[in-house]
Amino acid sequence: MNLTLRVWRQKDQSDKGRMVTYKVEDVSPDMSFLEMLDVLNERLILEGDDPIAFDHDCREGICGMCGMVINGVAHGEQRATTTCQLHMRHFEDGAEITIEPWRAAPFPVVKDLVVDRSAFDRIIQAGGFVSVPAGSAPDAHSVPVRKEDADAAFDAATCIGCGACVAACPNGSASLFTAAKITHLSLLPQGQPERLSRAKAMVDQMDAEGFGGCTNTGECTAVCPKGIPLDAIAQMNSDYLKANAK
Amino acid sequence: MKYTEGPEIRDTKAPDGPIEERWEKRKFSAKLVNPANKRKLNVIVVGTGLAGGSAAATLGELGYNVKSFCYQDSPRRAHSIAAQGGINAAKNYRGDGDSIYRLFYDTVKGGDFRARESNVYRLAQVSVNIIDQAVAQGVPFAREYGGLLDTRSFGGAQVSRTFYARGQTGQQLLLGAYQALERQVAAGTVEMHTRHEMLDLIVADGRARGIIVRDMVTGEIERHLADAVVLATGGYGNVFFLSTNAKGCNTTAIWRAHERGAYFANPCYTQIHPTCIPVSGEYQSKLTLMSESLRNDGRVWVPLRKNDERAPGDIPEEERDYYLERIYPSFGNLVPRDIASRAAKNVCDEGRGVGPGGLGVYLDFRDAINRLGRDAVEKKYGNLFEMYERITGENPYDVPMRIYPAVHYTMGGLWVDYDLQSTIPGLFVIGEANFSDHGANRLGASALMQGLADGYFVLPTTIGDYLANGPYGDVDEEAVAEAEIKVRNKIDRLLSVNGTRTPDSFHRELGRLMWDYCGMERTEESLRKALERIPELREEFWQNVKVTGTAEELNQVLEKAGRVADFFDLAELMCLDALVRTESCGGHFRAESQDADGEALRDDENFAHVSAWEHTPDGPVLHKEPLEYEYVKMTQRSYK
Repeated sequence: MNLTLRVWRQKDQSDKGRMVTYKVEDVSPDMSFLEMLDVLNERLILEGDDPIAFDHDCREGICGMCGMVINGVAHGEQRATTTCQLHMRHFEDGAEITIEPWRAAPFPVVKDLVVDRSAFDRIIQAGGFVSVPAGSAPDAHSVPVRKEDADAAFDAATCIGCGACVAACPNGSASLFTAAKITHLSLLPQGQPERLSRAKAMVDQMDAEGFGGCTNTGECTAVCPKGIPLDAIAQMNSDYLKANAK
Repeated sequence: MKYTEGPEIRDTKAPDGPIEERWEKRKFSAKLVNPANKRKLNVIVVGTGLAGGSAAATLGELGYNVKSFCYQDSPRRAHSIAAQGGINAAKNYRGDGDSIYRLFYDTVKGGDFRARESNVYRLAQVSVNIIDQAVAQGVPFAREYGGLLDTRSFGGAQVSRTFYARGQTGQQLLLGAYQALERQVAAGTVEMHTRHEMLDLIVADGRARGIIVRDMVTGEIERHLADAVVLATGGYGNVFFLSTNAKGCNTTAIWRAHERGAYFANPCYTQIHPTCIPVSGEYQSKLTLMSESLRNDGRVWVPLRKNDERAPGDIPEEERDYYLERIYPSFGNLVPRDIASRAAKNVCDEGRGVGPGGLGVYLDFRDAINRLGRDAVEKKYGNLFEMYERITGENPYDVPMRIYPAVHYTMGGLWVDYDLQSTIPGLFVIGEANFSDHGANRLGASALMQGLADGYFVLPTTIGDYLANGPYGDVDEEAVAEAEIKVRNKIDRLLSVNGTRTPDSFHRELGRLMWDYCGMERTEESLRKALERIPELREEFWQNVKVTGTAEELNQVLEKAGRVADFFDLAELMCLDALVRTESCGGHFRAESQDADGEALRDDENFAHVSAWEHTPDGPVLHKEPLEYEYVKMTQRSYK
């Protein structure tokens, strides 16, 4: 198949950036989206041009490193899929595809499609953990956990921290990301001692980073590659309110 | 490639006495560091996977001053995250006859008697603490209805000792370590440097004293000094270009440490994983693993007839060859990885492979779906089935998966003693980056176990013995400047070639060569061919590579070129090691050394040793570390 790509090019954080059009030919439907960009980049290098910079690593949908807004949708139109797991068989021959980076003030563009997501690490630093130094843990079977709770905690813990939720949100909110971690740990007995202080610290950090508030539009969960449910945000708000009422 | 043989090397830190007391003994004899002094001691940890992340977090908790480095934009993305199936631990929660001794025994046997008994025993002992630690951190392992932890079986074991979190065990364990690490960042004990790539080790007065890194965003070359350096930079499977490793995985950190004096042990020990999604085209950029746990319920088969082009559903039962069950009736589909991979290669070589190019075998869930119901299968493996469908466009509930072996893990790595210290004092190596615990073949679900054992429990104790004699004072400026200049010169050289081929095109060619000549089956002839061809290709690389852009910006072409350059040098040593080891063992299969049934035939008389390679200006020098087995009797492995 032959494609026309319109790609966001931006040399560095201070550059204004612009869309650039590229033609790509002989694309196989079995290629992944990133492999299609690899092919284009190989050509750009040989032509002496700067290839398109994009983040990627595991290419199996789990590391959370890749992420592009494809035709206006974070990670593209296929649901529950990271950019690296998107394959060209979902595009029509002759299609024009627009590719942009995550756009949110707390995620400044580093170059082309690469953004700085270190705000996410700082939200985790604020409290996204259980304080248990190595070697201090009791036997794993000393506290049974209801299977339903363990499964629900897993569903929240499966977040890969890619940032698609932020890119999709009209308010640029990081609520789904933050709520996923709060929910994961709130559902487990091990997370109880720090439950409320965690929620408060993480939400406050999220606000301090400049992410917007949640207005329940649900765009985040629609693009989430792991399908983190919107309910998580209710759990976060509930814990946050309780923490502030104390 | 010429090499010479040097004196034997010995692990002088390993305690003697009864094996179950050795780790206790070493923990007691290791010097302690006074808590007030820990703050004055600086430790660098490179890599933030299970080993590096857990080590940096734990060292921070202990009160050391830690600097942690990773090339990704966040420490949470290290490739441990992609591990699917599970983590072994000798908890014996099932009461099915498991014990520390059995895990130790299975691991030594699974490694085809090429690992150290003392190390493996310690690994099995520590395995139980890992599960406790992870559960306390909130790792959401799979549970039974009674609220207790669930387990499953993995290759090379007849007990059920693998703990798991659906098909994302690595992710959940890594997030546990990452969160512990971020907690220390907040506490101020760990300083985190993301998007930084280590490009050289600083060795001064015979000790590892720091690293040179490149800030991958600004291109700035930085020096970081410390009293000890820990490398947790993973394996080198990407030397084959196509592997299940993440695209960024590379050998640069360990290779450059090797060039600075750290011995490289058993570089030829490569694990080819039997269940990966086959290659679909020339543009392929990586291979995706399908967890070994699938072999619990999936049955592996090929058509009995050669070149049978019927759809799998049209092939009647009696015309299918469930070859693993046929050849290995007692372990069946759960034989260790090296055996399953080679068996797949053999049936494909016979012309009975399936799919494009005949490079594939079926992994069929029909019987499991009939037996357990589709829902039960979906609960266990749903995310893996989805991933398969996403990549291939085929639905594995309806048609069998097609799988083929792919490079997955490297058992070789930098040589370390029982304390996980390399031959350079002050340089410690943990996780996949070292060679220590898996011998010639790693069992499934043991990589997570080893990474976390090293990071949470072993290194934080043993490094204290070295740091107790510190701080080591000012670092010789000349040594730092020399390392920095070397790094700058290499970057300048890469940028100045301005040839006509991309770094990736060289990498692909090197990978193909390694797969063909130093892959699942190696012969003297193939290895000699590789050793002839690699230097030619490397020469062409340095004459004709094209690296665009500058050194002072985010430049992914430059990053790649530097990694490929190191892969050439490593590839050569791998082939040399494979050539010198004329026996077959575990993942290293020399066609000249097999029994009447085509199984790997070891040569214990001549090769019951670790091959530790020293880098010298006059070429590689081989030092042998003899392996002694006091507890597990060396036998020919049998899974029949």
